[in-house]
Amino acid sequence: MGVSEAPAVEARHAVRIYGAGETAVCALDDVSVAVRRGEFFTLLGPSGCGKTTLLRCIAGFEAPSAGAILLSGRDITADPPNKRPVNTVFQSYALFPHLSVAENIGFGLEMQGKSRRETSGKVEEMLALVQLAAFADRKPQQLSGGQQQRVALARALAPEPEVLLLDEPLSALDLKLRKEMQSELKRLQTETGITFVFVTHDQEEALTMSDRVGVMSAGRLLQVGAPREIYNHPVNRFVADFIGETNFLTARAEAGGFVLASGERVEAPDQVRGGEVTLAVRPEQVRVGAAGAGGLQAVVTETVYFGTDTHCHLRLADGTALVARLQSPPSGDVGLTPGAEVGVQFAPGAVQVLEA
Amino acid sequence: MSMRPKTFSVTALPGFTGIAIAVFVMLYLPIVTLVFYSFNGGSSIAVWGGFSLRWYEVAWNNDEVQAAAFRSVVIAASAAFIATTVATMAALGTTRRGRFRGQTFIYVMINQPLMVPEIVTAVALLIFFAAIKVATGIQGLGYLILAHAAFCVPFAYLPIRARLEGMDLSLEIAAADLYASPWATFRRVTLPLMAPGIVAGAMLAFVISLDDVIITEFVKSAGQDTLPTYMLGQLRRAVTPEVNAISTMLLAVTVLLLTAFFLLTKKRG
Repeated sequence: MGVSEAPAVEARHAVRIYGAGETAVCALDDVSVAVRRGEFFTLLGPSGCGKTTLLRCIAGFEAPSAGAILLSGRDITADPPNKRPVNTVFQSYALFPHLSVAENIGFGLEMQGKSRRETSGKVEEMLALVQLAAFADRKPQQLSGGQQQRVALARALAPEPEVLLLDEPLSALDLKLRKEMQSELKRLQTETGITFVFVTHDQEEALTMSDRVGVMSAGRLLQVGAPREIYNHPVNRFVADFIGETNFLTARAEAGGFVLASGERVEAPDQVRGGEVTLAVRPEQVRVGAAGAGGLQAVVTETVYFGTDTHCHLRLADGTALVARLQSPPSGDVGLTPGAEVGVQFAPGAVQVLEA
Repeated sequence: MSMRPKTFSVTALPGFTGIAIAVFVMLYLPIVTLVFYSFNGGSSIAVWGGFSLRWYEVAWNNDEVQAAAFRSVVIAASAAFIATTVATMAALGTTRRGRFRGQTFIYVMINQPLMVPEIVTAVALLIFFAAIKVATGIQGLGYLILAHAAFCVPFAYLPIRARLEGMDLSLEIAAADLYASPWATFRRVTLPLMAPGIVAGAMLAFVISLDDVIITEFVKSAGQDTLPTYMLGQLRRAVTPEVNAISTMLLAVTVLLLTAFFLLTKKRG
């Protein structure tokens, strides 16, 4: 395989164990993943799942206990961080407080031994890119959180790394700023064409920004795929539950469909497994109709108004709790009162069959 | 029961103001008296004979005072330099890394001079240096400088360590991430950021050395009086306001340095 076809960054059977003996913790459990060149790749998982450890192994701040890290097909496992053409945007930003914004951005170039002219030209370019030209001479602590974030980005992008690593960079920002920075990040990635490896525990962030997402849990990489694929075809209950909200139904596979404990049938296309299975249905795929109009019998237990959506909590005949996300009508009232009997149907193709 | 305010406040306790004033009077009245009598025109340290700068002039032109003061500064500067260098390395070694086994033990070891009675160290140094002098025949100010450097280490170490502990380790990680070699990281990131701690530590060490009597008294050879030991010697003979004048100048230098120390260690935004 030629270098040009090699993945931008790759982990091969990476293992990271902290401590020893009985107290040993396995932060990375045989993780293999290949990030394509120019891709916006997100590592998604709850805190402690190993996503940051994997990022730190790629950056060189930590060495894997076993396995290898490759950059464009070259093994860099033994290289110190300053010898890796990879830059990081830290969760805490880690801006140098004694240097100005411009000096912060130019730090990497200066350390690479670039000439003063080349450095100042690049710094100006980066300042323009993140729209901070007016703040070049300020100290980081004189900037707002969002501005510091952009300086951290510019500083990491200035040396034109092969891969940019982002460690939950938006977690310290408030919701509105976070949304702005999400599209800003996406824009920067498109403009620079640099491969981004982004770590987050926010599934919405992962879905909206990424070309591909890798879902991690307990040191393992569970599933890698495009956002749509992960959302619509989760490989197991953990992924289905972690990415978005999901209703789970326990059922038994029988010829032509699935039977709930109440004896009611649910149609699902890909009936491959027999026996006990878990059915997953997204709340927005649940249709609530009149009691006599067919579907599963259910009782409304509660409705919660969310603005654009209204969440309707239901209880099926077999006791399973179910949530339907309904678009709020102009009046704001979906007309479902607790205690009302309704019929529940699932949109065609919406039911996913998972291992029980 | 009488009515009392709901929240507890120390300042509301009976006698608070009285005690506070008494404490401050006890702390500062002797020093004020000392400074006051340094301007005495008469020859007594207790009977006022009119305002005069006479004793400052006497002290300033006293060859022995000049020599002792010069020696004090040389010893304090050298000792502060050595102690600060050692303390900087110790502080880096104990903070720029994760927690390690025996960390508390190392802290205690470094701060030994704060815990061992000074008189014990003084006697130990006297015997130790005597043995070296007999064995090698080397004389000189070096013994005093080394002795001072040793007990100044914790005073230099504590502010430097405090400064380093307030510095995020991720700054050095970020520097390494941005292609800085370990040495470049130290020179461009760690050192500039810890500099206020180093200066503060050096000044504290300087003041502590300048002020020392016990260890100096035991370690010094003939003709190696520092300002404090010279003053102690003077007190054994006739006491004039000259001692007050020297003390006041020493006080001024110390206050100046300590003010700078507090300004430097004050938390910056």
